[in-house]
Amino acid sequence: MKRRDFVGLTGLAAGALFLPSLPGFGHTPVDPARLLEPGADVAVKKRLADAALNAAKAAGADYADVRIGRSLNQYVFTREKQVQNIVSTESYGVGIRVLVAGCWGFASTSVVTEANLAATAREAVSIAKANKLVMKEPVQLAPQTGYGEVNWKTPIQQSAFEVPIKQKVDLLLAANAAALDAGASYINSALFQVNEQKYFASTDGSYIDQDIHRLWPTFSATAVDTKSGKFRSRESLSAPVGLGFEYLTPNAAEQVRGPQGTDTIGYKLRYDMLADAALAGKQAKAKLTMKSVVPGKYDLVLDPGHLGLTIHESVGHPTELDRVLGYEANFAGTSFATLDWKAKNLPYGSKAVNIVADKLQPGSVGNVGYDDEGVKTREWDLIKEGKLVNYQKIRDQAHIVGQKESDGCAYAQSWEDVQFQRMPNVSLRPGTAKMSPDEMVKGVDKGIYIAGAGSFSIDQQRFNFQFGGQLFFAIEKGKITEPLEDVAYQSNTQEFWGACAGSCDASDYRLFGTFFDGKGQPAQVSSVSHGSATTRFNGVNVINTARKV
Amino acid sequence: MAILSKDEAQTILKKVLSFSTADECEATLTGNTGGNVRSARNSISTAGAAENVALAVQARFGKRSGTATCNEFDEASLRRCVQRAEEIARLAPESPEYVPLLGPQTYLASPGSFAARTAAITPDYRAEQIGASMALCEQKKLSSAGFFNDSAGFVAKRNSKGLEAYQQVSSVDFSITVRTADGTGSGYAIANYTDLAKFDAARLTRVAADKAASSVGAKAIEPGKYTVILEPAAAIDLLNNMMGAMDARNADEGRSFLSKKGGGNKKGEKVFDERVTIYSDPTNAEVPDLTFANDGRPQQKVTWVEKGIVKNLYTSRYWAQKSGVPDIPPPNGWIMAGGTLSTAELIKGTAKGILVTRLYYIRAVDPQTLLYTGLTRDGTFYIENGVIKFPVKNFRFNESPVIMLNNLEALGKPVRLNGSLVPPLKIRDFTFTSLSDAV
Repeated sequence: MKRRDFVGLTGLAAGALFLPSLPGFGHTPVDPARLLEPGADVAVKKRLADAALNAAKAAGADYADVRIGRSLNQYVFTREKQVQNIVSTESYGVGIRVLVAGCWGFASTSVVTEANLAATAREAVSIAKANKLVMKEPVQLAPQTGYGEVNWKTPIQQSAFEVPIKQKVDLLLAANAAALDAGASYINSALFQVNEQKYFASTDGSYIDQDIHRLWPTFSATAVDTKSGKFRSRESLSAPVGLGFEYLTPNAAEQVRGPQGTDTIGYKLRYDMLADAALAGKQAKAKLTMKSVVPGKYDLVLDPGHLGLTIHESVGHPTELDRVLGYEANFAGTSFATLDWKAKNLPYGSKAVNIVADKLQPGSVGNVGYDDEGVKTREWDLIKEGKLVNYQKIRDQAHIVGQKESDGCAYAQSWEDVQFQRMPNVSLRPGTAKMSPDEMVKGVDKGIYIAGAGSFSIDQQRFNFQFGGQLFFAIEKGKITEPLEDVAYQSNTQEFWGACAGSCDASDYRLFGTFFDGKGQPAQVSSVSHGSATTRFNGVNVINTARKV
Repeated sequence: MAILSKDEAQTILKKVLSFSTADECEATLTGNTGGNVRSARNSISTAGAAENVALAVQARFGKRSGTATCNEFDEASLRRCVQRAEEIARLAPESPEYVPLLGPQTYLASPGSFAARTAAITPDYRAEQIGASMALCEQKKLSSAGFFNDSAGFVAKRNSKGLEAYQQVSSVDFSITVRTADGTGSGYAIANYTDLAKFDAARLTRVAADKAASSVGAKAIEPGKYTVILEPAAAIDLLNNMMGAMDARNADEGRSFLSKKGGGNKKGEKVFDERVTIYSDPTNAEVPDLTFANDGRPQQKVTWVEKGIVKNLYTSRYWAQKSGVPDIPPPNGWIMAGGTLSTAELIKGTAKGILVTRLYYIRAVDPQTLLYTGLTRDGTFYIENGVIKFPVKNFRFNESPVIMLNNLEALGKPVRLNGSLVPPLKIRDFTFTSLSDAV
C-alpha cells in the first residue's frame, strides 16, 4: 500500500490499535447481522440498471454496461489466546461503462437512485468523448448475445455469515492452542469471508444476478529458540476457496497424505484446521534444527499446494493478453510469450504439460457463472502437450488473436473500479496414468519433495524465477530420508516446464489459490485458484538461502 | 469541497463528539481530491478522478471498541454514525491490549506538507503532461507506458480526551517505462513530490528514454559477487523493507533481525557500517510529512540508526506500556544521510562494477537475516575505469540489506523518492545468483 494512500489515514486505521488488517476504502464497517440482510430486489436492480442504460444510449453510447455491486466482508483476526479484531464491512454502489465511437468511458457512484445513475451514465459518456481526442486504436468489442434475466450462485452448503461469530472465534483459538501445544511460540490466525452480490446489465440485453461466496481460513505459526536466536515459521496449508463454511468441516476423503516419511497432509475441498495447526506447531519447532540443504541440481517433486504458485507466476501471468501486448509495461510487466514467440511454435514445456484456463471449477475462487462484462464463463486450453495454444482475453481483445468471442475473464474488484482482463483459474491437468505421490517418489534418485507455498519472485517478462516453500524433504534412491531447510529453487519458465516429467493422477488433484493477485494502475486485486496433482521436474537448480548477519 | 479548513473540520468533529455516549470516543475526518492518468503503447489507456471526504468514529466502552464510517455530514447522518460505532463496540470482544485514548498533544508544524499547486491540478493538465511525455517517446520511435497520480487533502482528529489535530497534505507521483520498438531495450524513471512545482515530466521521460536506448544489446556476464552502484530507485525498496522490520515487539519476541541471542533486542548495538545513519523528520523541507501518526501520537525527529548503531525501534502504544520502552510510532518516510556525490560521480570513482537502475519483484526469503530476492530491471550497465562500458543482461539477486549496509563502499547525495530521502549506494560483494533474459 502506498504511504500516500488515504486509506491509511482514516479513522479505520486510527482505530487500528488492535487491528492487524483493515477493510478497504468505501467499505463501511457494519453490525455482523447486516451481512445476513438481503440486498435490493432483482426487479429494483433491473429498473435502476435500465435507467442507466437508457441514459447512456440517449447520450450517444453505442454500448453500455452497468454493474450494481454489494460487497460484504467479514474478517476475524486472532493471535495466541486472544481475538485481535473482528471487522464486518459493506460496500454498495454502481459502476457504469460506456463505449462511444470506439472509446471507453467509466464512472461510478455510491448514490444508488435512478436519477443519479442516469447522471453517472452521462458522465461516463462525457469522459469517453474527452478520451476520444487522444484515441489511437478504437475499441473493437466481440459480439455478445444477451442472456435475458438469469442468475447464478456459488454452490455453497452454508454461508459463513450465518455461522455465529463465537463459533468462528472458538475455531481459530482452538487452532492456535493446538499449534502452541505442539511447539509453536506464537501464532496468528485469520478467517476471511467474502460475499459479492453482483448485478450486471448491458445494452446487449443481459440482466445477470450473481451471489458469489469465498472463504479463506489461514494461519502462520512461529517457533523461537531464544538461546540460539533462531526463529522459523510454518504457514497453514489451507487454500482460499469458493465454498461456504462447510470447507471447515474435516473429511478424511478430502485429505491426501504426502509421500511416506514426510508427515504432511494436503487438503482438497474440506480442511482440518486443528490438525493442520497442530502439525504446523510441531514442524515450526522442528525447522529450528533441520539440516541445511546442500545446493545443486535435484529432481523436484512438488505438491499441488506449492506448485499452484509456480503455475500462477510462470503460466498464469505470461499468458494474459494485455501483458503480452504491453498494456502492463509500467507496472506488472510484459511477457516473453508474445504473438511472435507463439507463431514460432516453440515448446513452452514438455509433452506432459497440459494447462487449462477456466472459471468453472467448483470450489475454486475463480468460479462464477458470468464474468464482469456479462460473458458466460467457460474452459479453454492454454498449453497443449507443451505448446502454447491460446491466451486469456476479454471482449475488446478477442479480435487481436482472431477469436470471435471473449473467454469470459473480465473482473473488477468492486463497483467503483473498471473491469479489465484478469487471470481465470489456470491449472495443470493431472496425469492420465495411475500414479500416487509415493509411486512418484520411488522413481527419484536424488531429489527434494516440497509442500506449501513460500517466497516467490519472477522477472517482468516471466523468464527467471525463484521459489521457496513451507516444508522440504530429501529424496534419496526412491525414499524420503530427512527434512531440509533453507531451500529455494531457481529456474527459467521454459526450462522448468521443459523438465516436467509428469503428474500424479486425478485422485491427487488439489487447488491452491489467493485472494490478492494484483494488477493495473491504480492497482486492483483479484481471486484466483490453480489446480494440479503432485508433479515431478527433473534437474532443477536448488540454492541454499541461509546467511549470517 | 474535499479540502476542509481546520475550523470547518473541527466544527464537524466537535459535533460528532457531542453525540457520543461511549466511555471514550475519537473521530477522524479525512478528505482528498485527486486524479490519475495511465498510458501504454504511447496512448492513454485509462483516466480517473475522485473526490472523497470521510468520517471515521471510534467508540469505546471499557476495553471494547467499535468503528463506523460515513460520508454524509448532516446532523442526522453524524448521529447515526456515532450510534453505529457504539453498537459495534458493544458487540466487540474485550481487547487484552487495550490502551486508553491519548489526551491533548503538541505537534510540530510542517506547513510544507501541502502545496496549493498540487491541489489545483486539472484533468487537462494530467493529459497534457502524459501527452508531452508520449510525444517525446514517439519522436524517438520508443514505446512508453506511464502513470501520473496526484492527491491533495487533509486529516483532522479530535477525541473525548482533548486530543486535537489537523494537517493538509499533497503529493504527485509519476513513473514511466520506456521500451525500444523491438523490445530489446528498456528504461525507467520515477518521481514523487509534495509540490507540483518540482515536477518535470519531460526530464523524467528523457531519463527513461536514454536508458531504454542505451540498454539495447545487453551482454551476458557471469552471475556472482559484484561491486554495485544502486541508484536511489534500486536502493529504496530494500531499505524500506528493513525499516518495516524495526518493530520492537517482534524483536523482543525473538522473531526479527533485531532479536538478540538469549532474549531482548539489539537496540544500542552496532549492526551496520559506521557511515549508516537513518532518521525521520516530518518537518524536513524536502520530505515534509504528517506530524501525527494514525493513532494521534506525535511524529517527531527520531534517529533510528546512528553511525551504524541501532538507536530506536518503533512500537505500538500497548507494547511500549507493557515493556516500558519509549513510545515511538513507525515513521511514514525516512531520511538516510549520504554524501555529496551524484550517481555519475560515484560511477567515475569505480574501477569495476555494475550500475543498477531498479530492482523488481522483491520478496522476503528469510526474515531471520532479512534475505531478499528479486531482479534488476530497466537499465543494468557494466562500469570499468570510471565509465559505463556496456549494458548487461539482468540478474537475480539474493541479498540482505543488513549485509549490504555492512559492505558499504560509498554513499551519494540523497534524493526524494516515495516520501523518503535515499542516497545512491555503492556496495561491494552484492550477490547476483542467476541471469534473466527479461528486458
